[in-house]
Amino acid sequence: MTQPLTPPPKKNPEKRTLSPTLPPEARSRAAMGLTAAAAEGRFALQVCGECGATLYPARDACNRCLSVDLRWQDIDPRGELLAETTVRTSTNLYFRERAPWRTGTVRMDAGPVVICHVHGDVGPRARVVLSNRLDRAGQGVLLAMPEAPTPHMEDDPQLRAMTSDPKLRRVLIVDARSENAPAIAAALLQAGAATIFAGEAQSWRPNPQRAALLALGVQLLPLDVTDAGSVRELAGEIGGKVDILINNARFMRPGGVLQRGDTAFAQQEFDVNVLGLMRLAQAFGPAMCARTADGVNSAVAWVNILSAYALVNAPEFGSFAASQAAALSLGQSLRGEFRASGLRVMHVFVGPTEDDWHQPLPPPKVAPAALAADLLRGLQAGLEDVHSGDVAKELAERFRAGPKVLEREMTMGGRS
Amino acid sequence: MGEFREHIRTPDGQVRAVTRPRQSYAGVALVAPATVPYQRYSIQTAHWWIARALRMALDAAGLRPGDLDGLSMASFTLFPDTAVGLTQHLGLSPRWLDHIPMGGAAGIVALRRAARAVQAGDADIVACVAGDTNHIDSFRQLLSSFSRFQTDAAYPYGYGGPNANFALLTDRYMQEYGATRADFGRLCVAQRDNALKNPHALMKKQLSLQQYLDARPIADPIALFDCVMPCAGAEAFLVMTVDEAERRGLPYATLAAAIERHNAHPDDPIQLRGGWTMDADQLYQMADCGPPDIDLLQTYDDYPVISMMQIEDLGFCAKGEAPQFVRDHDLTIAGDFPHNTSGGQLSAGQAGAAGGFLGLVEAIRQVTGTAGPTQVPGARRAMVSGFGMINYDRGLCSGAAILKGNGP
Repeated sequence: MTQPLTPPPKKNPEKRTLSPTLPPEARSRAAMGLTAAAAEGRFALQVCGECGATLYPARDACNRCLSVDLRWQDIDPRGELLAETTVRTSTNLYFRERAPWRTGTVRMDAGPVVICHVHGDVGPRARVVLSNRLDRAGQGVLLAMPEAPTPHMEDDPQLRAMTSDPKLRRVLIVDARSENAPAIAAALLQAGAATIFAGEAQSWRPNPQRAALLALGVQLLPLDVTDAGSVRELAGEIGGKVDILINNARFMRPGGVLQRGDTAFAQQEFDVNVLGLMRLAQAFGPAMCARTADGVNSAVAWVNILSAYALVNAPEFGSFAASQAAALSLGQSLRGEFRASGLRVMHVFVGPTEDDWHQPLPPPKVAPAALAADLLRGLQAGLEDVHSGDVAKELAERFRAGPKVLEREMTMGGRS
Repeated sequence: MGEFREHIRTPDGQVRAVTRPRQSYAGVALVAPATVPYQRYSIQTAHWWIARALRMALDAAGLRPGDLDGLSMASFTLFPDTAVGLTQHLGLSPRWLDHIPMGGAAGIVALRRAARAVQAGDADIVACVAGDTNHIDSFRQLLSSFSRFQTDAAYPYGYGGPNANFALLTDRYMQEYGATRADFGRLCVAQRDNALKNPHALMKKQLSLQQYLDARPIADPIALFDCVMPCAGAEAFLVMTVDEAERRGLPYATLAAAIERHNAHPDDPIQLRGGWTMDADQLYQMADCGPPDIDLLQTYDDYPVISMMQIEDLGFCAKGEAPQFVRDHDLTIAGDFPHNTSGGQLSAGQAGAAGGFLGLVEAIRQVTGTAGPTQVPGARRAMVSGFGMINYDRGLCSGAAILKGNGP
């Protein structure tokens, strides 16, 4: 039975903060298919295109027929725990610090036998459901979970080490003026977040979200992402107690290049959406990276809410989409720069949202509560890429199927 | 030169006729068993350890390096060199060269190939050598680059190294066959008893069953005394013709039979048997004897469960009955089933690839009556078994040989 987490004691300033360590990171190129699937929360294994065998570990050729036509496909994740061990000592620092660690051998109904992490609530020789997770090194790993949910199962230490669960953690929502701020705050508090901070630029201006945020108990603090001084000041104040940062700051106006006639809006779009992200990362990133092994409320995730059109430009919002592509690229850079700490960068790709600037667009549009729910699920599952809403999901699927075809369709107004 | 087999057993258990019989190993002699005393840690390199073992074997046979025309080498820590670089490093000009990256099966495989080379006249005198060094932290570094499947699909899961791999097999073996920790303990305690007679064994203290049972857990159900101690060391022997050995007046062993097999039973969900089950019948057929005729057995004992598996798969008892077998037999040098007479890796230490030579070199000593304090009285027929290379969830290489000699 999983012991529910309890709020951590106040941090002892005399104690050294544990340095971040990572589980083994090296993988073959083929094995990274598991990572790609885990980043989106899918359970996929290699399947031979010729004989249909399901393969594990990842290979470059089928061990039944020597075909090299291997594809990653979603697979029935169920199986049976054949054997298990509790590792009590390891030459790897990450596991040594976290021992005892339960691992086992599972025979999957789909055929392969896998060595995997084993959730504490899985009984001996029990039926299990395998889940594909990103570990702290950011690589896909398999975790055997109980067939049916158990009380507090999300608090299992091995599972929690693979998620970005907001429970008992402290969250900074960057833009308190955004339509989605109250919904995100409410969802996180509902999920057990300890504290929510929200940044508010130009506090003298009315903020229509303020009443809702204050009613939820959110702490409003001055933060203007276009002002490096303001960002640094807030980081100095609360940087050591932000466990999850949600960058929802966004500036957008319709139009591509020719329609606008000047670069004034583009400058603002890039100042908020790209350079704002950079300012935030420079101010908050180092402190968060230093606190990724800091116990129950360790720093765990950096979230960027991006337009789905970061993947491919939509000319009716062409300049804004360009800023989103730049922000996506910057987020990829942060993944590289945060890598050694295990701080996860999660991108939430969202289609047109239910707000003023998307008013002329037809539905379906993503309501703030739906975006908040997807964001929360992404944190709880420890994902890197979340596609929120039908438009974003479809766009991602079309992007995977063929980026050039999708680009052509978008230049023709979104459809072929 | 007899024809030793008419049938083989295929991986799915079918028996089918074989068109080409195996040739015998008649006329091949194994001489000059050499062991460089192991050290827990060494500041020397694998090159140094291998050179010392080669020199010891040559000295024992009264040969000079220039007399060698064949070399077979096994090592994990020789990087960036292979057997090729070693020829120049050591000043050898062999006309037959082999490098055997098969860990615990390296000894058997090296022996088989060298024997064929000598039989065929491709080489006259082959030195088979295995050696590894062990620096502080080198075991951890060795683990990290052991195999692609380990890197991709085993190490990210708790990084227990081979301890965790074998813990899973042991756990399953215990459930399946009702083995207890005390059964594994009996085997380990007997080996420690043997090691106390081996002046070079790293473990020098008596081990009681209670101490075994009370030991620190490592990866359940594996505890401290189920694990070998990585160390530095080297082992070597020479392969030549029987005529050559007799001409030089060297005590020699002959090779009655040998088998090897890789990635056997790939569809077994968890390894409870090895490749021996596919080839043991031929092994006995070729040696014209059966399990009761074996005077002593050297198994590859990286973990006691693997020794039990070999006792079963090589026909000393039925599958699943090794726990009862170790309860019923005395596995010490003076016992009714002498096993791992030098203490095995569990008590002598695991010197990397030399661990795959340990039992073989000791068996040559036993059947030539030169084992000294660990000598089994009347040892004329020894079986040696090898097992190596945990690639993902199981050991892939297995091999075995039956050696004969005039005994003490």
